[in-house]
Amino acid sequence: MDNRIEAAKEGDRRALARLLTSIENGELRFSEPHSGGSDWKILALTGPPGVGKSCLLDRMLHEWVDHGLRIAVLAVDPSSPRSGGALLGDRVRMSVVDDDIKKKSVYLRSVATRKTSGSVPLVVRDMAFCLLQVGWDKVIIETVGAGPSEVRCAAVADRIVLVEGPARGDGVQAEKAGLLELADAVIVNKSDLDGAQRHANELRESLHLGHEDAPDVHLVSALYGDGVAEASSMLLTLEQSMRAGRARWRERLLSHHERLLLEHPEFDSLLMKIEEGLMSFEDAYAQLRDGNE
Amino acid sequence: MDQPLRIVIAKPGLDGHDRGAKVVARALRDAGHEVIYTGLRRTPEQIIETVRDEDAVLLGISSLSGAHGHLFPRICETLREHNMGDVIVFGGGIIPEDDWPPLFAAGVRALFGPGTTSEEMVEFIATAVQRDDAGVGHGAGWHWNPSE
Ligand code: B12
Ligand SMILES: Nc1nc2c(ncn2[C@@H]2O[C@H](COP(=O)(O)OP(=O)(O)OP(=O)(O)O)[C@@H](O)[C@H]2O)c(=O)[nH]1
Ligand SMILES: [Mg+2]
Repeated sequence: MDNRIEAAKEGDRRALARLLTSIENGELRFSEPHSGGSDWKILALTGPPGVGKSCLLDRMLHEWVDHGLRIAVLAVDPSSPRSGGALLGDRVRMSVVDDDIKKKSVYLRSVATRKTSGSVPLVVRDMAFCLLQVGWDKVIIETVGAGPSEVRCAAVADRIVLVEGPARGDGVQAEKAGLLELADAVIVNKSDLDGAQRHANELRESLHLGHEDAPDVHLVSALYGDGVAEASSMLLTLEQSMRAGRARWRERLLSHHERLLLEHPEFDSLLMKIEEGLMSFEDAYAQLRDGNE
Repeated sequence: MDQPLRIVIAKPGLDGHDRGAKVVARALRDAGHEVIYTGLRRTPEQIIETVRDEDAVLLGISSLSGAHGHLFPRICETLREHNMGDVIVFGGGIIPEDDWPPLFAAGVRALFGPGTTSEEMVEFIATAVQRDDAGVGHGAGWHWNPSE
């Protein structure tokens, strides 16, 4: 059906970019490609806004490309719920895409959340499958800067890496449930700043209290590069933590449901009818749910 | 359902004035578009690679340093060489009106100076994407004229 797939396999980036647009616009779907081996294919990098996810990812991409890997990145930023527009700002941090030699081994695509809630829209999963199918070795998803309760990235990735920053005060942060329970690894960035070491210690403590199968906590500085080489090679062989199996499926079910509702052709008009009092919430929801078997 | 337009806002060359580009990026976001800002000091090649990988429909270039006469046509030409003639190119910054005709001839569809309102930029974009001759591949030809 689609000779863009063939073109993309042969390295035509424009064809690839267009395929991804079609997926994003709901015109095309991709399912999980069969993959040999037990290593991960899709990794989500998540954590609070401004902790340095993009800077760290840029550093790690330099390392991974040196290892001979070809890596695609889907960098998600939030859409404004009011205008529907978005400023997709992760690219500015990515020096690797402007590196004359390494840029061939990296594909970066900025993605807006559009109407979905949470830190990653589910179409990103199809986009990742497409990238794998046309020959990229691995896909990294940088989520929207996310609070501890935004665990939706579990629905789209094989591995979850939580990036944290220096302690913000009281140590209570580390006790919070959510992302921390799902993470396969934790990286504390900005080790050049006060409080990073302390926060890493707090996290280790609270993780070990919770479980014997606790993820490692790594300390890095994306600004100066300290610890980055170690962290990047650790991530390549990262195993999935057993703690999170059920939570992953839970998130996958929830985001699948949300996607079905959002892709209903009447979604916008039903929303408007509720708002204008022309239809009850219950009736509108029933129509959305039933129209989408 | 209308999808948002993907737009790259770029700062080519050595020009370090980025306020205007950021103001424009924000205005276009607030008008419902998805905007990718390149950051400062990009080469024409880097800019068109961003447009290609991000599948942008429009490319807005900002220049306040006086290098527009060289850089804008270079970018238009590079887009055509890479078979990206359907991309719509527009620009802004400090660009004397005397310099406009050769830029339009190179395929730039609109130029906006200091004091431009976001309404006008948004109106240009809405008009340009409706036309089938606005892509840079059409070379000289139609360009935005606010009094139209
Ligand atoms: C602020 C400023 C600076 C700041 C920049 C801060 C920053 N991060 O942006 C600083 C102090 C760093 C600076 C430095 C210099 N500057 Co200066 N600077 C200005 C100044 C006063 C205002 C620019 C500005 O920010 N305007 C506000 C923004 C919002 O407006 P704007 O950029 O024009 O953008 C609007 C429109 O033009 C348009 N637009 C702009 N880009 C785009 C893109 C698209 C796609 C679209 C649709 C629209 C659009 O929409 C915007 C919103 O309305 C101008 C003079 C002026 N009045 O323009 C000089 C000016 C641009 N600078 C000038 C010069 C020469 C320099 C310096 C070389 C040294 C010097 N003499 O000061 C250095 C070089 C810096 C460098 N590395 O490039 C000259 C340029 C002369 C020329 N082009 O021939 C100017 C014109 C002053 C002058 N009259 O001499 N500058
Ligand atoms: N001191 C210090 N600053 C850093 C480090 N890493 C990143 N920063 C700074 O932190 C700021 C945010 O970095 P980003 O990489 O954009 O953070 P992000 O997590 O991707 O942000 P969002 O995508 O907006 O959530 C930038 O100003 C960086 O320069 C670090 O290791 N040390
Ligand atoms: Mg980021």
